[in-house]
Amino acid sequence: MDMRTPLGRVRGLGSTNDGVKHWWMQRLTGMALIPLTLWFVYSAVQMSGASHAEFTAWVGTHGNPVLLILLIIGMFHHGQLGLQVVVEDYIPSESTKMTLLIAIKFAAIIFGTSAVFAVIRLTVGSS
Amino acid sequence: MVELSLPANSTYSKGKTHKAAEGATNVRNFKVYRYNPDTGDNPTVDTFEVDLDTCGPMVLDGLIQIKNEIDTTLTFRRSCREGVCGSCAFNIDGTNTLACIKAISDIDGDIKVFPLPHMPVIKDLVPDLNVPYAQYRSIEPWLQADTPAPNRERLQSPIERKKLDGLWECILCFCCQTSCPSYWWNGDRYLGPAVLLQAYRWIADSRDEATGKRLDELNDPFRLYRCHTIMNCTNTCPKNLNPGQAIGEIKSALLKRL
Repeated sequence: MDMRTPLGRVRGLGSTNDGVKHWWMQRLTGMALIPLTLWFVYSAVQMSGASHAEFTAWVGTHGNPVLLILLIIGMFHHGQLGLQVVVEDYIPSESTKMTLLIAIKFAAIIFGTSAVFAVIRLTVGSS
Repeated sequence: MVELSLPANSTYSKGKTHKAAEGATNVRNFKVYRYNPDTGDNPTVDTFEVDLDTCGPMVLDGLIQIKNEIDTTLTFRRSCREGVCGSCAFNIDGTNTLACIKAISDIDGDIKVFPLPHMPVIKDLVPDLNVPYAQYRSIEPWLQADTPAPNRERLQSPIERKKLDGLWECILCFCCQTSCPSYWWNGDRYLGPAVLLQAYRWIADSRDEATGKRLDELNDPFRLYRCHTIMNCTNTCPKNLNPGQAIGEIKSALLKRL
């Protein structure tokens, strides 16, 4: 039973003094993803029907690997930030919330790193 | 896990029907939420047939008519009956608003009156607002200045004063607060639109010297950033204020000092 006063409950553990960074990073990555996604969809459509060798060659051409890595980092970072908000909104249980937040962060880092590594490997050209 | 089941007292059934007096010609049905903590029974929705020929034009007039002439046990808050005190905030016809400035003629069909959503109900149409009141107290809604008080009023230019328009008019009826899904899910930590509008009222006040401290207190993923610009607050405000914009102003003030 919670016998604290309403004011005591509302003040709780106090302000985290952090929140604006998460919010701003979500907007920044969102802004960056607009041109990156348009570029990627345009390129993918252009290459429909291309062979594996042609695609590999495209990945290594000019700025493409840089743009691909930026897209991957932006996408996984943005996705992780967004999913974190969804979990915080809808999961009241502290233990479930914490478990999911850790899982989402780890998944974003693992898949993001793997994807970046794939681009590097295609670009450097080792088998 | 996710809470999918509803609390025990959340489902309501059809209650009593109170017929209008013989000979009444201009009758409208008021469907009113009833909950009696003394019995502990689940809530009901009672139907009151109100003769509009003997009743004032607003929904509050109908409720007062019911309490005076049909069922004196009907419990609700009201005071000024002109949209200034913020007491008679209910969910009327599916939207949070003030019963005293909502015309019966603006509603099609039955007039459904429920308490403000997602608050614990004390009795009938009276919600427990202790948490939002404490949240209001927590943002320290008073002028804070270290400069010794002048011997006259604290001066403000007309432009500075204008920044408070659209903020000072809030009457704390909590229509917006209880219309916000983010507040429903996280009302224990999210301050909610009404309290954030008031927080901005003091941030925007040129005479206040605690702006930075106020922003520190709000810079929190739950206190402020649960606002996902759903905008129910602005849509429902019976005083036509814009809490959504005030929250946006707080976010941009925090961004400026990042």
